[in-house]
Amino acid sequence: MDDKSPYLHPQYETLSREELNKLQLERLQATVKHCMNSAFYKARFEEAGLKPEDIKSLDDIRKIPFTTKQDLRETYPFGMASVPLRQCVRLHSSSGTTGNPTVILHTQKDLDEWANAIARCLWMVGLRPDDVFQNSSGYGMFTGGLGFQYGAERLGALTVPAAAGNSLRQIKFIKDFGTTAIHAVPSYVTRLYEVMQETGVDPRKDTKLKVLAIGAEPHSEEQRKRIEQMLGVKAYNSFGMSEMCGPGVAFECQEQNGLHFWEDYYIVEIVDPETLEPVPDGEIGELVLTTLNREAMPLLRYRTRDLTRVLGRTCPCGRNHVRLDRMRGRSDDMMVLRGVNIFPIQIEKILMQFKELANNYLITLTTDDDNDNMTVEVELEELFTDDFQRLLALEKDIKRRLKDEILLTPHVKLVPKGTLPVSEGKAVRVIDKRKVYQ
Amino acid sequence: MTIKQLSIFIENKSGTLINVLDLLSKAGIQIIASTIADTKDYGIYRILCDNPAQAYIILKESGINVQLSDVIALSIDDAPGRAAAAIKQISDAGVSILYLYSFLWKSKGVLVFRTDQSEKAKETIMLNKMNFLTEEDFR
Ligand SMILES: [Zn+2]
Repeated sequence: MDDKSPYLHPQYETLSREELNKLQLERLQATVKHCMNSAFYKARFEEAGLKPEDIKSLDDIRKIPFTTKQDLRETYPFGMASVPLRQCVRLHSSSGTTGNPTVILHTQKDLDEWANAIARCLWMVGLRPDDVFQNSSGYGMFTGGLGFQYGAERLGALTVPAAAGNSLRQIKFIKDFGTTAIHAVPSYVTRLYEVMQETGVDPRKDTKLKVLAIGAEPHSEEQRKRIEQMLGVKAYNSFGMSEMCGPGVAFECQEQNGLHFWEDYYIVEIVDPETLEPVPDGEIGELVLTTLNREAMPLLRYRTRDLTRVLGRTCPCGRNHVRLDRMRGRSDDMMVLRGVNIFPIQIEKILMQFKELANNYLITLTTDDDNDNMTVEVELEELFTDDFQRLLALEKDIKRRLKDEILLTPHVKLVPKGTLPVSEGKAVRVIDKRKVYQ
Repeated sequence: MTIKQLSIFIENKSGTLINVLDLLSKAGIQIIASTIADTKDYGIYRILCDNPAQAYIILKESGINVQLSDVIALSIDDAPGRAAAAIKQISDAGVSILYLYSFLWKSKGVLVFRTDQSEKAKETIMLNKMNFLTEEDFR
């Protein structure tokens, strides 16, 4: 591809909506047919009384049952494969905190397509074969390592598999090799900058850095801006998930106005996590993805549990691939109280602003006198007073700040340190004791 | 003039007091007086003991929300009207009292109070020649 072209794959990137939809339907039909080679999907379709021929339009995708992480666990390790293992050349596995891990299999064609997708993302944000790309991401099972390695090589960039850690060596590489682009998790970028400061390296003068790809860790717009200012670069959000290969599923273009999901690779649906019905553009719902060109292990209507919304289906960059907002949290965590969607992370964010409070908190939802209420119990870090008035004032202050955030006034209860339940691994943050009205 | 009192943040649940008392008695700490103030949800358990510094460390290390607060303990004759007179003198001097409790100790009355205006309180006590107790008295 000519360096001056803004697109690596113009034949796919600049398709009109109609052309994209046509391509998607063809690929969906082929994928569904191919899925009948998988014992799992064959049984699923039979249960649902569905035949591949029943998928006549894109809307017919809604006839297909959802696939969940639980399904991946239950078919661990190879129960979902749509090709014989003999044709598979790579396996990535992500460990689960509970139960079986999940496995994703790849044929050579899958790996090629994955590399193509990442190359497309990097080209979109300005990388060319002259660039030096340092991949400061974990390798091994973590898909951000090999994924970006093959993708950057596919683009033709000089690719440095620096892996994560050893900041001094990373900085030496950046200087010696003339690194122009880095892929890393945002917290590691911040760390690199700190080490640069400690060692007297000015990223603007002493390095050739211009582009960062950041992902795999939730981060706010403020954090992105901070990173851009620190290093004097442009930082682009990368979205991926191990179930969908890894990175390369979606990436921001130079407009930085949301993540373009590659619709020649995936069908994107946003559904209400409760009713599983589609939500209108602009409304937050759960991201559901269907792979369109995977061979070894296609996934149909995979519930990602990530919450986001459609920002637009056109873009000044000339790509009509749907733009989604950065992920808002996990649908498993969402609470609906008096019609308002609330995430524990919103509450946590406020609580963490009070230095008087410890890290442990518990949200309980109850029905009192036919009203749904929320009680937030939070542990006190230090008893900073023995004056009740000051404890009550603190409670009131927490309540007020929470109301500003979630638009409802919860009960706030301070509790002594060590009294809230601590569970193994992931902490239990929400208990729902509400009455369910039939 | 002030003495150290333990202030412990507790839940309004049975068992939480026992836990605190257990820890203290195992360490051989003697409780001179204690009082609980509470709201619907939680309380503050206030304790005067013979070794507040050690008690504080023990409770703190057990992960209990505890604070050492400075209080003033006045010794008054165990006779009608003495406590009222003492409190009147203090409040007439413009010293505001956050909380107050009293107990009998060695056949004398003890009036314990906490104020944010301890300098003013000290002056008043000196001027009126009131008897106050020190931590030494409780050892
Ligand atoms: Zn764009």
